[in-house]
Amino acid sequence: MEMLAHLADGFATSLSPLNILIVVLGVTAGLFIGAMPGLGSVNGVAIVLPLTFVVPPSSAIILLAAIYYGAMYGGAISSILLGIPGASTAVATTFDGRPMAQQGKAGLALIAAAVASFVGGTISVILFTLFAAPLADIALKFGPAEEFALVLMAFTTFVGLGGDDILKTIVMICLGLVLSTVGLDLISGQPRLIFFDQPGFYSGISFLVLAIGVYGIGEVLYTIETSKTAPHVTPAKITLKELGAGLREMNKLWRTMTMGSVLGFFVGMLPAAGATPAALMSYGIAKSTSKTGHTFGKGNIEGVAAPETANNAASTGSLLPMLTLGIPGSPTTALLLGGMVMWGLVPGPMLFIEDPDFVWGLISSLYTANFAAVAINIALIPLFVWALRMPFTVLCALVLVLCIVGGFAPSQKMHDVWLIAGFGVGGYLLRKADYPMAPLVLALVLGPLMEKSFRQTLIAERGDVFAFIERPLSGAFMALALLFFLLPLINYLRKSAKRKMAPAE
Amino acid sequence: MIAADRLIAAALMALSVYFMVHATVLPIGWNGETGGPGGGGFPFWLSAIMFAAAGGILIRTFRPGARTGSFFDLTMIRSVLAVVVALIVTIALMPVVGTYIALPLFLFWYLRIFGDHRWAVTLPITILTPVFLFFFFEVTVKILLPKGITEPLFYPLYAMFF
Repeated sequence: MEMLAHLADGFATSLSPLNILIVVLGVTAGLFIGAMPGLGSVNGVAIVLPLTFVVPPSSAIILLAAIYYGAMYGGAISSILLGIPGASTAVATTFDGRPMAQQGKAGLALIAAAVASFVGGTISVILFTLFAAPLADIALKFGPAEEFALVLMAFTTFVGLGGDDILKTIVMICLGLVLSTVGLDLISGQPRLIFFDQPGFYSGISFLVLAIGVYGIGEVLYTIETSKTAPHVTPAKITLKELGAGLREMNKLWRTMTMGSVLGFFVGMLPAAGATPAALMSYGIAKSTSKTGHTFGKGNIEGVAAPETANNAASTGSLLPMLTLGIPGSPTTALLLGGMVMWGLVPGPMLFIEDPDFVWGLISSLYTANFAAVAINIALIPLFVWALRMPFTVLCALVLVLCIVGGFAPSQKMHDVWLIAGFGVGGYLLRKADYPMAPLVLALVLGPLMEKSFRQTLIAERGDVFAFIERPLSGAFMALALLFFLLPLINYLRKSAKRKMAPAE
Repeated sequence: MIAADRLIAAALMALSVYFMVHATVLPIGWNGETGGPGGGGFPFWLSAIMFAAAGGILIRTFRPGARTGSFFDLTMIRSVLAVVVALIVTIALMPVVGTYIALPLFLFWYLRIFGDHRWAVTLPITILTPVFLFFFFEVTVKILLPKGITEPLFYPLYAMFF
């Protein structure tokens, strides 16, 4: 009951005229960003974050969360109309969304995607509301040892479950952590890693600089190389009759949508997993359990609904560890976390006690964002069809200008703009060589917490390293971390054991 | 592809050595008095792991079965390079001739010359973007963008808005 009271208070915040306006603005911006091929929620948040100085912090985070949400809805639009996923999270939506569009059912596919996103978003926000406070209560008991073990576990999930090359993942985690130590040593206060004696490095490397570089400039360079001609847009119009038919179709898919939502929510909580694998898993499960599974891939509406519920649910899921534990569940939430630190809020369980208005304002804004997103999504479809015809060169030019100015604005130093350019080019090259970017950004954001908790524990325990395994909670996290780290090895051994078995049979 | 893989892995190894050298400025070993590692320990040993992992990637490319194929699409690499150079020139120009000359120049180059757009597309974007930036950053958020030699031209505008 206490929770409902908190939630009601939250609605008092999120339903203020300013915040309603912000949710509508954020969702609309997110829909457009998500719909643009190549740009997803993480790019949108990275580019818009420096512009959020205009509003107070609580509204700023509501704006960014709304963009995150909108982008999840928007990703489906280009998957269906162009056959190119608007963001990696909407890859699975192309499997059936594109065939539907080619059969002249683009409108129906768009309605299905929007309604499925709404269902996924709503179910996961309810799950979020139920889990947030209890999880924060547990997290309140964490000391530095548990914090360190938890961060370590977050990184090992990239090794065990990330699916990218393991050595490359390790390189990117270490690179991010080392970059996070640039500046003043947080225990002794001495300067370290001041490259070329540049005074700009004394204040460290901001996560924003890395994010704008990698997800802004790097992404544009990547887009320039992969696509120069404008792709073909399938026209789509939506009539009220189609809307009714779409809703009736969706009404038969409750089982798939509920499954996708619950699955997406829990997969989304893992730092290494997130919306893309959640959507693919949901698609796979829907295909194998559906009565019409054999028509998946040929334009089955269920094949649009399954991934779209899961990717929206996953985006809510990834907010849960960010808000309650201070550990982001995805690159986008890592940026939200960095933004909160920048605005002077400390993410983690104490936030629920010290700033309940903020926490519950944000949670309740997710409900309003969902309603706004589904309405705006369906209402503005003709506008999206028009916007998708915008040539890439116009979009890229504007994004680059925003990156330069947005990189300058927070610190007002040209030093940061140069770093952004450097990270942009470096990130572009690394990405082409298949180095994963998500662990890099997460490591830079979590680095200070990891180092501080590690050294605090050792100082408190007089250098006793066994402190990390002796405390029960921290010991359990360490065991899990070890398991995730060894998972690729275990899989490899199992496979080679099977191979040895095979000739004997 | 193999050459690019090797080059990037070697560059990452060099970078980690560079980090390690910088990290040794502060103690990297166990600190006897307070317990726990010194200020340089965290960056040093993480760079060491990075060195080892990048080394592993490099060694792997010498094994049979390393992937082949071309790293760059040669027809597109020129476009990417052109944009990178334009970006560098624009950033270098910002503190000298000011944001409100450097960015329109960049937009003009990108839209008209690189993107081959009509004047009807180029001109409005080139002119309206700086106007939007001025009202958003300088007037609303009070963040002054670099003006360089154009600073005196803005005095009347400052007088009007502040």
